[in-house]
Amino acid sequence: MDVRLEAEQTLRDLGVDAEIVEVGCIGPCYLEPLLDIKLPGKPRVSYSNQDPRRTRFLLEKVFQGGEWPERDLVGHFGEEGAMNGMPRFHDHPMLKPQVRLVLRNCGVIDPTDLDHYLARDGYRALERALAGKPEDVLETVKASGLRGRGGAGFPTWMKWNFCRQAGDGQKYMICNADEGDPGAFMNRSLIEGDPHAVLEGLVLAAYTIGASQAYIYIRAEYPLAIQRLEEAIGQMREIGVLGENILGSGFSLDITIKEGAGAFVCGEETALIASIEGKRGMPSSRPPFPAQSGLHGRPTIINNVETLGTLPNIIRNGAEWYTRYGVDTSRGTKTFALAGKVRRTGLIEVPLGTKLRTIIEEIGGGTQKPFKAVQTGGPSGGCLSAEFLDTPITYENLAQAGSIMGSGGLIVLDEDTCVVDLAKYFLRFTQSESCGKCVPCRVGTRHLYNILDRITCGEGEPDDIRKLETLGEVIRGASLCGLGQTAPNPVLSTLKYFRNEYLAHVQEKRCPAAVCRDLVIYRVIPGKCTGCQSCVRVCPTGAITGPRSEPHNIDEEKCIKCRACYEICRFDAIAGDAIVITS
Amino acid sequence: MPAEAALKILSESSGRRGDLIPLLQRVQEIDGYISPETIRTISKRLRISENEVYGVATFYAQFRFRPPGEHSIQVCMGTACHVRGGEQLSAFIQHRLGIGPGQTTPDNKFDLELVACLGCCALSPVVKIDDKIYSQMSVLKLRDVLDEYENAG
Repeated sequence: MDVRLEAEQTLRDLGVDAEIVEVGCIGPCYLEPLLDIKLPGKPRVSYSNQDPRRTRFLLEKVFQGGEWPERDLVGHFGEEGAMNGMPRFHDHPMLKPQVRLVLRNCGVIDPTDLDHYLARDGYRALERALAGKPEDVLETVKASGLRGRGGAGFPTWMKWNFCRQAGDGQKYMICNADEGDPGAFMNRSLIEGDPHAVLEGLVLAAYTIGASQAYIYIRAEYPLAIQRLEEAIGQMREIGVLGENILGSGFSLDITIKEGAGAFVCGEETALIASIEGKRGMPSSRPPFPAQSGLHGRPTIINNVETLGTLPNIIRNGAEWYTRYGVDTSRGTKTFALAGKVRRTGLIEVPLGTKLRTIIEEIGGGTQKPFKAVQTGGPSGGCLSAEFLDTPITYENLAQAGSIMGSGGLIVLDEDTCVVDLAKYFLRFTQSESCGKCVPCRVGTRHLYNILDRITCGEGEPDDIRKLETLGEVIRGASLCGLGQTAPNPVLSTLKYFRNEYLAHVQEKRCPAAVCRDLVIYRVIPGKCTGCQSCVRVCPTGAITGPRSEPHNIDEEKCIKCRACYEICRFDAIAGDAIVITS
Repeated sequence: MPAEAALKILSESSGRRGDLIPLLQRVQEIDGYISPETIRTISKRLRISENEVYGVATFYAQFRFRPPGEHSIQVCMGTACHVRGGEQLSAFIQHRLGIGPGQTTPDNKFDLELVACLGCCALSPVVKIDDKIYSQMSVLKLRDVLDEYENAG
């Protein structure tokens, strides 16, 4: 926001008449804030890492000097009036291997301007669908091979077909935008960057299954996304693609936004429905499936944001076009939120079948410290070690490796990450998000967490690893809903691929990554410490003492292991050491 | 006591069960928390027992039952933030403010919450203060930010 204000002020000072447009996320978040400049007859040029000072400098250069500074330049878009020597934006190493279908408008159009969406063939798919029959849409989606992008990968057409076969009468269509997965932000970015694509998909889906009422269930934590949806829904009514008798087809639909209230389990279909009905978001056993008996006991389809966002592309371009992307039973593209210890973080989209190595090394630019693992699928997923880097990403391959596609969070881990600590982290999450209805999940996850907690405190017992495995299998097999059924995945997958780390914690009481707080100690390396007192000043607990110009000392008792000293030391004189508890 | 605006929202509701969560959300937006009076009023309006209203409200992480501080701090505990030092931020901030998650400082200046994920994973670790997201935080940066809030009076 500071950059925007500075840009406005600078342009006023320079007397330049320009339109300032806010766009959604274009992907390379690690370069943010980005500022693009588009002059008549020239291509759009993108600059990264802006701050008010840099922005003023840049705008003065461009508008006063007619120069395009090289500093912070990312590249230009498209071919129009290509400028000598300037790289293309999409040749950036993070973008080049990507195929952006569902994200095609994100960061390119003004998400608040319906004309921008229409200019990019918006609502053409809806026009085409309404000119034919709902069966035609179903057939196209079937031929495209589209599978649900929320995680489980169930064939979209099949789910719809169950609902169609559930007879006539009131039906409901729901867009699941709850995205409670820590480490995932694809849905938020898509809605913020291209709300109409998701809404057009929602109307298409409602038309196909014969629903006259649709809901968008979205996290209250995403206020901008909610605002964008509200604006877009208003615009839809104005041009007649929502409401009574849409585009004169006789089909009518209303969309209501329901804000989620912060419960991870509400991503589960039956829990989400309970939440819309004003109850605690607790799952119920299936069958009956929501496609037969869902919201208010009526047939209901719930699709993920990305599934819906993909639909307009498929209907507009045809199934054959879509099947060109992806492999075998995993067709099309998938968005991923790339984060963690990778150099280039952000929102990406690649064809299914792309290797993990391509994503982590080419798109993500690799890790600074040696690569250790990648966590896919959030709390329901697993950690994959380096041996999987050349595995093509498909629903089947990930499941076989003990993980899942999930909604698409990819957290890269390097040698500074402790996988036991990470497994404990996920268990704490699922344990606190368990709705409590079924015992295997409520009690089982708590036990898993307690065992992991003991292990990371250096109090592991020889039998603990076997207990984790047995308990994990029981919870997986006996839980009522997906939350419990997948909760042990982070533990089981790390036990499979990183057993040695568990053994180090249990047998030697040692954390090899020096992460687990009870198994790490911070100390000053006397030979390197210059006595500059920086660490003394930042230590929040006064644990560091020592006279100026002499090596300091850290009082173990007072240290809360916040790493503030480690971060500020310019002489690498603070070490975080793995310790062995001997007593 | 709930603000008048909140009471107005309650009296205008349609009285349907499905309105329960949206009502709680609107009232919290105005009052900053869910008070016992709110629970009682909603219970009457929707003809659901107070126990059940409370049962639904406590199920969801969004609702709070104590008045918030002047500034609300949320430390993101998402996976990306976790692997990039979110734990340390949380330890530091709890030590500095002298309160645990879900509590408000005695001077009412700050309240603290640990949240599951703010969806800014590419800019991790993040801390949210009121409506502002602070990205790529470290203990040092966080100290400076808190200093600013405290010095602002």
